[in-house]
Amino acid sequence: MGSVGLVEAQRVSFAQPLPLRSGAELRDYELVYETYGRLNADKSNAVLVCHALNASHHVAGSYAGQDKSEGWWDNLIGPGKPLDTDRFFVIGINNLGSCFGSTGPMHVNPATGRVYGADFPVVTVQDWVDAQARVLDTLGITQLAAVLGGSLGGMQALDWSLRYPERLRHCIAIATAPSLSAQNIAFNEVARRAIITDPDFHAGHFYQHGVVPKRGLRVARMIGHITYLSDDVMEQKFGRQMRAAELGYSTQDIEFQIESYLRYQGDKFSEYFDANTYLLITRALDYFDPAREHGGDLSRTFASARCKYLLASFTTDWRFAPARSREIVKALLDNKLDVSYAEIDAPHGHDAFLLEDPRYHGVLRAYFNRISGEFQ
Amino acid sequence: MSAQGVMEQIAALVPEGSRVLDLGCGTGELLAHLQKTRGCTGYGVELDDANLLECVKRGVNAIQLNLEEGLSIFEDQSFDVVLQLETLQHLRNTELMLRETARVGRIGIVSFPNFAHWPNRLQVLFGRMPVTKVLPYEWYDTPNIRVGTYADFEVLARKNRLRILDSFGIQQGHAVRSRPNLLASMAVFKFDRG
Repeated sequence: MGSVGLVEAQRVSFAQPLPLRSGAELRDYELVYETYGRLNADKSNAVLVCHALNASHHVAGSYAGQDKSEGWWDNLIGPGKPLDTDRFFVIGINNLGSCFGSTGPMHVNPATGRVYGADFPVVTVQDWVDAQARVLDTLGITQLAAVLGGSLGGMQALDWSLRYPERLRHCIAIATAPSLSAQNIAFNEVARRAIITDPDFHAGHFYQHGVVPKRGLRVARMIGHITYLSDDVMEQKFGRQMRAAELGYSTQDIEFQIESYLRYQGDKFSEYFDANTYLLITRALDYFDPAREHGGDLSRTFASARCKYLLASFTTDWRFAPARSREIVKALLDNKLDVSYAEIDAPHGHDAFLLEDPRYHGVLRAYFNRISGEFQ
Repeated sequence: MSAQGVMEQIAALVPEGSRVLDLGCGTGELLAHLQKTRGCTGYGVELDDANLLECVKRGVNAIQLNLEEGLSIFEDQSFDVVLQLETLQHLRNTELMLRETARVGRIGIVSFPNFAHWPNRLQVLFGRMPVTKVLPYEWYDTPNIRVGTYADFEVLARKNRLRILDSFGIQQGHAVRSRPNLLASMAVFKFDRG
């Protein structure tokens, strides 16, 4: 099993405005993407991989001259890996509003000539899917073998099957949900408030002030990180381990290793992530609720779907709990759609979807083998 | 082969083109067989990771669920046939599961080891719990937590107002229609809600 090796991002510009769900439209935008493997002659082997909150189009491989630059799903994608790039043509697209290359809040608004900042339009999962479809148009891909995603990426995969039912044969949605719960939205709101109330945020126009609301970003990341891990894994990794042998009797210094870990994660994140992007992406998560247009009836929502589905969840994932995946499975069953569902007993919480659990990767490998059997 | 024989006997009970739910579908062998030879569609339900993986490899729809938690994910009468083969004896809520089977499917088909098969009777007569090819476990490690007989099932079905459409025993892959309670190691019942 190998790596796809060194990769380079590509860029595509769109002159035709993209109409957004909010009623606004995005003019003169660019999307950044990467591809791995080779598109076959009849263009039937393409797999789109959708990214979650803090990831990007850089799904696999690494960049020349950059250490530790492996893509975020490199353990899954490559020659001989479960999503085998010897057979599949894999595409990762950076979503609009992101801070990793595609048009986002730190870019210039062509209407004003000034950096968007907080004026970047609110984008939804549906808008992202529409934008992704346009990239596929430029590549001449009319139908995908599969769309794959985990968490927020899983929501995009599901939405693909609803918005473009004829354009994909398989939808693979991992550790995802048909909508966020009140608790999920609550966590997002705490993170957003941390950013917005940072004095360096300047109502989203901090770029002009030459500052970054790092304090807010740090806290936002710390909160997020807690929800990605299970109680058990945190206990096992950190427990009550202390930094020093004796108590320091300080309320502000780091005493416990878990504090040190969270602060480290927060610091790291605040160095590279954009505050407006964090607000936009968490809002896209909050808004995702395809059943809303169908009176809250998820079964009716999937009436238009045509593709086959694989869903997987993880028993210790409390952010996107298995029960949420089962809601989707039920809606698919009600519509007599082909679906398989794996509930993986993994200890790692929501993060498990990015890890290399042999049962999880075994199911994905078997499923992708099946898909490749359809075009080979 | 006797396993093949059992599968053929059960498959013959499933109408062509049925939408099938196989509870405790194992590696999905029967579902794959029904899809291929009888034009059926449907899903398996399986708890075991390794079995689920085999189902995915075979191209059979499989849902990983614990049957003990019920069938609430499936709507009333949403399947033509619900199969529950060699599964009932492992479940704590046997009666509830039977009722759920009849709720979800228009036709239910169950199979289970017949405790009243004569070699079992003989072993009990000599004071020991039976250990046979069909019941290979010792009393202290058996996954068969519900041991019943062909005749017992008829009583349970009647109690739950289920109408038995067909029933027979299976012994070494062959159907046993004469005195199955005595002569067959496995019992098969096909029923509906009457």
